Amino acid sequence: MADASPSLTQHVRPIDAEAHVMAAAFLAGIPTLALVDGGVLIGEPGAARRIEAHPGAGILVAAADGATLLTGGDDGRVVALSASATPVEIAHEKGRWIDAVALRGDSFAWAAGKQARARDGAGNIKSFAAPTTVRGLSFLPKGYRLALAHYNGVSMWFPNAAAEPTLLAWKGSHLDASASPDGRFLVTSMQENSLHGWRLADARNMRMTGYPGKTRGLSWSHDGHWLATSGADACIIWPFRDKDGPMGKPPRECGVRSSKVTAVACHPRALVVAIGYADGLILLCRLADAAEILVRREAGGAVSALAWDATGARLLFGLESGGAGLLTLPG
Amino acid sequence: MTEAARHSLEKIPVTVLTGYLGAGKTTLLNRILSEEHGRKYAVIVNEFGEIGIDNELVVGADEEVFEMNNGCICCTVRGDLIRIVEGLMKRKGRFDAIIVETTGLADPAPVAQTFFVDQDVKDVARLDAVVTVADAKWLAARLRDAPEAKNQIAFADVIVLNKTDLVTPEQLREVEGRIRAINPYAKLHRAERCNVAITEVLERRAFDLDRILEIEPSFLEVDDHDHDHHGHDHHHSHGLKHYHDEHMQSISARLDGDVDPNKFMPWINDLTQSQGPNILRCKGIVAFKDDDKRFVFQGVHMMLDGEPQRAWKADEKRESKVVFIGRDLDEAAIRKGFLACAA
Repeated sequence: MADASPSLTQHVRPIDAEAHVMAAAFLAGIPTLALVDGGVLIGEPGAARRIEAHPGAGILVAAADGATLLTGGDDGRVVALSASATPVEIAHEKGRWIDAVALRGDSFAWAAGKQARARDGAGNIKSFAAPTTVRGLSFLPKGYRLALAHYNGVSMWFPNAAAEPTLLAWKGSHLDASASPDGRFLVTSMQENSLHGWRLADARNMRMTGYPGKTRGLSWSHDGHWLATSGADACIIWPFRDKDGPMGKPPRECGVRSSKVTAVACHPRALVVAIGYADGLILLCRLADAAEILVRREAGGAVSALAWDATGARLLFGLESGGAGLLTLPG
Repeated sequence: MTEAARHSLEKIPVTVLTGYLGAGKTTLLNRILSEEHGRKYAVIVNEFGEIGIDNELVVGADEEVFEMNNGCICCTVRGDLIRIVEGLMKRKGRFDAIIVETTGLADPAPVAQTFFVDQDVKDVARLDAVVTVADAKWLAARLRDAPEAKNQIAFADVIVLNKTDLVTPEQLREVEGRIRAINPYAKLHRAERCNVAITEVLERRAFDLDRILEIEPSFLEVDDHDHDHHGHDHHHSHGLKHYHDEHMQSISARLDGDVDPNKFMPWINDLTQSQGPNILRCKGIVAFKDDDKRFVFQGVHMMLDGEPQRAWKADEKRESKVVFIGRDLDEAAIRKGFLACAA
């Protein structure tokens, strides 16, 4: 299949990250890789420099937008990094592991065990103790509001409000949380190989099941109409355009192969998704007709990170094995 | 060796360390961490500070027991453990094995089940053994008043009977009899200040289907005196007081000749589904009709894991044996059900 597809492999420049890549991002347009050994690799292929964001420790979680990479480590530190500056320590939860991080603009959030904290642009820190360990954090697109995924549901928290967070209850262990770009829906991945969603206007439940494995990659299309997900031997894409979201509608499948999808990233301008697999292969897939273009052949183990730059001209990827690369789309 | 066994060799072994409050878990843990053995252990502890050793690989855990939302009532897992193993595995190479210490009141089942239920954990780590540290002086009393202590003994693959210097030989025989009444299959080691050889505690491969017999030569042979007892280094065979525990029993059954898989598989599945909450552990080796390979299985509550193993040897008697350790089990019904699976 892959051999018959058009290929972009000659437009990929390799990067040797030398450690399991946790996350990929572009900071002010500069390719950046967060590594599990505590380092961050920043710069163009062949000219990247390594910054010790968590010296002697490991990065467990990371989140990024186009300006900042936020990392949480097994040293209990939360570190923010921009393209120009040195790493800035945002928090230090002594003796703990950082289990989740999120950012939006100059607001940061992190969680260690049950304790979730949010820091606004002025540096004010607010705390909330969730009923159980917070596994996923997501800022809502509007207002200073966070979704905290934990056991048996999601807490919706306004850090600056005195009121207790409201609980969106659903039995089971919720892992990652992701709000749709228009703020209408919240989706979590679950321990039980499924996704759960809520329509935030009325807390209506949505179950998305059928995955053979856990979904740990969630990526919304630029228009917010689609949610691309990992966890199956294809990229599973749920429709969220209508007011009922995916209820009663089958998902689309893209890039069906005999290898598990481990990372997904929707293109920032077109209805195209980059799909990384457990065997190291990477495809671009067009949602409209599932047409495929090969980016990387299978080799070197699971793809663990994928990120587009702001315009969608470049795709950065990383592997668990420490391999990485940068695709520049031709002309 | 089977393909599965070869693959499992590459997985990180995980030892679950249990024991009632004050039995000596921390003493054992400190010994493991301070002794020169050339191995590096990542340790997941429930309380920081108890461990005197400064070790960057000691991780604090919250013992969050979660029900799996899959309709199986006894299917509980340690959510924190899934997260911690995931985190540790990102930096594998820094350690050779993982030790999970539970609180004194913990049920070992959710920890063990985590390694059966979570595919991501199962892919990288394998349960090695449940090791229970017991206090020779106080265990008999705890078995009467603390159901947690009884669970920990019943669940164990290895029991370190600690503080034997604080009891008389008669008291020691008494407590060993109590232990054997609940769990005759575990390896039992007498110790003072947990001075058991580390190799008797760690990397036992007790959950490895390929090793069920090799590691426990007496497995299924207790009270079965027509078998020879060579090579035993544990203390249950002779001079042992015989007790019956009112609530926790072990049941073993044997069947000469072949078993019909079409009868056995539904039987074992139904039994573990209906009696799962009461069955703590089960193990067995089965000779299926027209199959030259031994079928080996083990389970924790409702969770079963089984596979065809090596071929029966030419001079080996084809017989099937099963063992159940659990609470309030109907021995007669289990025996009858098993014997009815004869081919």
